[in-house]
Amino acid sequence: MSQEELVVERARRSFQTGRSKPLEFRLQQLRRLQSFLKERQEDIKDALQKDLGKSGCASELYELLVVEAELQLSLTRLAEWAAPRPVEKNLFTLSDEVYVRPEPLGVVLIVGPWNYPWSLTLLPLVGAIAAGNAAIVKPSEISSTSSTVIKQLLPLYLDKDLYQVVEGGVPETQQLLKQRFDHIFYTGSTAVGKLVMEAAAPHLTPVTLELGGKSPCYIDKDCDIRIACRRITWAKLINCGQTCIAPDFILCEPSVQNRVVEEIRRCVKEFYADSPKTSDDYGRIINQRQFKRIVGLMEGCTIAFGGDADESQGYIGPTVLKNVTGDSRVMQEEIFGPLLPIVTVQSVDEAIHFINEREKPLALYVFSHNAKLIEKVLAETSSGALVANDCIVHFLDSALPFGGVGHSGMGRYRGRHTFDQLSNLRSCMIKQLKMEGLNSMRYPPHSTKKLGWARRFLLSQLNVQKLRNMAMLAMLTCLAAFVVQSANQCWHHRRIIYWKLVHEACPAYCLVPKAIILLRIISSKAASFTQTTALSLRDNVFLSRKPAHTSTLLLITQHASLPLVEGLLCSAVPALKLSSRCRSSAAGVQSGPSLYWSKHFIFVLM
Amino acid sequence: MDSHSQVLERLRTAFRSGITLPLEFRRTQLTKLLALVEDNEEQIVKALHQDLAKPKFESILSEVEIVTNELHHAISNVATWIQPEYVSKNLATKLDDCFVRREPLGVVLIIGPWNYPLQLLILPLVGAIAAGNCAVIKPSEISSATDCLVAELIPKYLSQDCYAVVRGGAEETKALLQNRFDHIFYTGSQAVARSVVQAASVHLTPVTLELGGKCPCLIYGQINIQAVAHRVVWAKYFNAGQSCVAPDYVLCTKATRDALVPALTTVLEEFYGKEPQKSPDLSRIVSARHFTRLMKLLEKTKGKVVIGGQSDEKDKYIAPTVLVDVEEDDALMGEEIFGPILPILTVEELEKSIELVNRKEKPLALYVFSNESSVVKTTMEKTSSGGFCSNDGIIHMALPGLPFGGVGASGWGSYHGRWGFETFSHRRACMLRGWALERLNGLRYPPYSEDKLKWLRWTTSARSNCSLM
Repeated sequence: MSQEELVVERARRSFQTGRSKPLEFRLQQLRRLQSFLKERQEDIKDALQKDLGKSGCASELYELLVVEAELQLSLTRLAEWAAPRPVEKNLFTLSDEVYVRPEPLGVVLIVGPWNYPWSLTLLPLVGAIAAGNAAIVKPSEISSTSSTVIKQLLPLYLDKDLYQVVEGGVPETQQLLKQRFDHIFYTGSTAVGKLVMEAAAPHLTPVTLELGGKSPCYIDKDCDIRIACRRITWAKLINCGQTCIAPDFILCEPSVQNRVVEEIRRCVKEFYADSPKTSDDYGRIINQRQFKRIVGLMEGCTIAFGGDADESQGYIGPTVLKNVTGDSRVMQEEIFGPLLPIVTVQSVDEAIHFINEREKPLALYVFSHNAKLIEKVLAETSSGALVANDCIVHFLDSALPFGGVGHSGMGRYRGRHTFDQLSNLRSCMIKQLKMEGLNSMRYPPHSTKKLGWARRFLLSQLNVQKLRNMAMLAMLTCLAAFVVQSANQCWHHRRIIYWKLVHEACPAYCLVPKAIILLRIISSKAASFTQTTALSLRDNVFLSRKPAHTSTLLLITQHASLPLVEGLLCSAVPALKLSSRCRSSAAGVQSGPSLYWSKHFIFVLM
Repeated sequence: MDSHSQVLERLRTAFRSGITLPLEFRRTQLTKLLALVEDNEEQIVKALHQDLAKPKFESILSEVEIVTNELHHAISNVATWIQPEYVSKNLATKLDDCFVRREPLGVVLIIGPWNYPLQLLILPLVGAIAAGNCAVIKPSEISSATDCLVAELIPKYLSQDCYAVVRGGAEETKALLQNRFDHIFYTGSQAVARSVVQAASVHLTPVTLELGGKCPCLIYGQINIQAVAHRVVWAKYFNAGQSCVAPDYVLCTKATRDALVPALTTVLEEFYGKEPQKSPDLSRIVSARHFTRLMKLLEKTKGKVVIGGQSDEKDKYIAPTVLVDVEEDDALMGEEIFGPILPILTVEELEKSIELVNRKEKPLALYVFSNESSVVKTTMEKTSSGGFCSNDGIIHMALPGLPFGGVGASGWGSYHGRWGFETFSHRRACMLRGWALERLNGLRYPPYSEDKLKWLRWTTSARSNCSLM
């Protein structure tokens, strides 16, 4: 048995014990990962400094912050994510439990990239742990220091059998990919992505591919070019351009090209002082191979500024290329370095055409003051993500699914999306052995009559909400009858009746409570005229406001405790978004203690 | 070859023109598809009878009705499905519009199987149309009558620019898969699925695989034997066992087996009469090849036939058959049976039979029959499968709210109802930012400092949910 086989076997064995499944265990492992990040921050920063020349702050900002936020989110929301999700039923399944239950898949392989060796390796791991899977982590061998640190330190914090780290280069990865996994999560290049998918085919392993692509950035002439360039320069030069969602090239009209160049030059100066080379905040190219590739891309282009490089340090200065055409070399592959070509187009239509001619990018950026133009770009292009008037920041919002389309990848992750991606959403139907008589319509020997019944029963859709509403309406009518009767007979008795009205139900029900209130007011002879109007006034407002809120509450008491009525209604007022005039008229009648109680009441009820 | 690329070019041009995008177009096409099924019910039933000798009842229920239901569901819900989904924001993105937009993928390929030649072809198509894609449809050549009918009807009802039917056998499919699609939806066997993924990996095409697998049926604890027998027989011999979610084998105790076998005999007689071959309610095996495969299984097995076992090659008929004393390593326990043969394995303890199930590939569906909820719960928690249904078979796939799909060897991805729409949609993350507050952005720009970091940490954390905003 090879090393890789043993590793996977060990992970699978421990997964089969069911150890990773309980929620408690998952939370505990996530907390350990949290303390790992906190306690080993210095080791991580050192590793990043050595691999990519990232400064301490930059490492924390772009690598650790996002993982910490993800961990925090997973810890608070995991119970909710892992809970069964009920689905709508039909007539046939009315008495059954029907839900979707997220379950762990098994052993997940996570292959990380070298550009963000920590965040892009740990983010999927957080999801894998949260979903209850075992995981094999394979950090990129190119960012070798980080890889070693992950290998050394991660097992000190996490379960050693369930979550293992495998180091190695291409042959080891190939060996690893021959093993059978339950999911493969790969972040890296499109070329390797194809190989991963091919390797997954014999075992029919589902894959998530987070690849790159040339993410375009369109600058409309009608926008604040100064701010646009600031945001673009920042996004482009993070990690020395080695970001999968960095703006790859700029599309703009020829008339603004020179301004764009000037603004970017100014921003570079602002961010990195006079020389990026000596600035702590400017990163380096990962290795010689990449360095040579990027320098080679500059050939034959007009350099607007920058272009300086130092092979011994792996340094390439921030560079803007002017008047680049679609067929030049720099436009053929993802740049993944601090070169920013500007391609001029005559109009937004030409820009859209230019984008659609190429593979679908991972991200698309558009800068404009014109909402219509943004809408147009959004509607007429395709990309993993679209950000208007900024770059990269969509990655920070874990509620947005992150992932590509076409050659920029498949599958989604971040936050809940990672959890779903690495879970088996198992559909469950829990039936009973009772009511066998009902089933006979589907059994042979078949007859036309049975068919008619089966058509209606087995499949037809049923709006359970509607049924529930109908039942509630019936109940309310009964209650109304009861109230009217008891109000007539013993109206000196205090009685509180409440309804919680769900907003969908409102249109139908509003008439009922209104009728009840009016009836009650007419029947309660003790109620004074002003109070009556106050009540009916609120009643009217309540009726007209129904779509604005999601849940409303109406309380009616028998006349004995009118201050309480007022109080109760009054505290329901904010929920009803009542106008201030009505609120003040109600406030005039309320008394202190009853308000307190009513608030308490409503809190409980809602 | 040429005609394939021509068809694809036509579809791609149509997709690029944006004709499939408007809600109205999608609704119209779905309504036309509904008309297709409703107008031609007779013909469909006839074609299915020709292919599989499907009884009318089964055809209507499992092919026509399920499709029209799905169509009604999609027509009335597609407007909601395509709405952008606004997501929760953190403090840093509070002022922006953050939403997920469902966009069509492009031109998708749908490859159908022969066991439910209409349902398993049209249901994915409903999702593809609802999501605004163009689609190439490849019905199975084995169920040739339905293949013919679909190829004839689809162009009559649906837009010819956006939806095309391609026919042919293994060679044509292979050639078709050389082309680049934006999604491939394949229903069928694992062996073919591997080559589908292989072909897809060249273009990095996402794939949905709906495969089969041996769906176990566990019967443990307190049961009502009559009800169990009825439901198992119905689920197993529906379409003569040629359903991907049919119970493949039964696991129970010896005592249960002894009670179950007579009950099965009675129920089979009740359903199909004394001579099942004459019953109009029993389907036939689809092809001579599959007939031979099943007969070979029956020859090789070491189990004992207690019910049925008769066959008629000319008629492609195999009687509903039940075997007992089948071991775990029996010939019948190797591949998916996909025919009217039901082996019963006796395992005394539930735990042991769960272990047996877990030793095999993850099935598409798993059934458990028991009056005791603890048995149901244990089985559900300790096993994995695409779908799970207690005390009944097959029926869970009739509910559009439940995702239908496998896990592991039984497939990836899911469909039915909204899940099908999602499968054929690209969920594009959109963030529309404003121009204001550029000073706030200053926090993230170099030169970096610890101070800036602290602020950023606060604004991007998931905790900082300010209720005022």
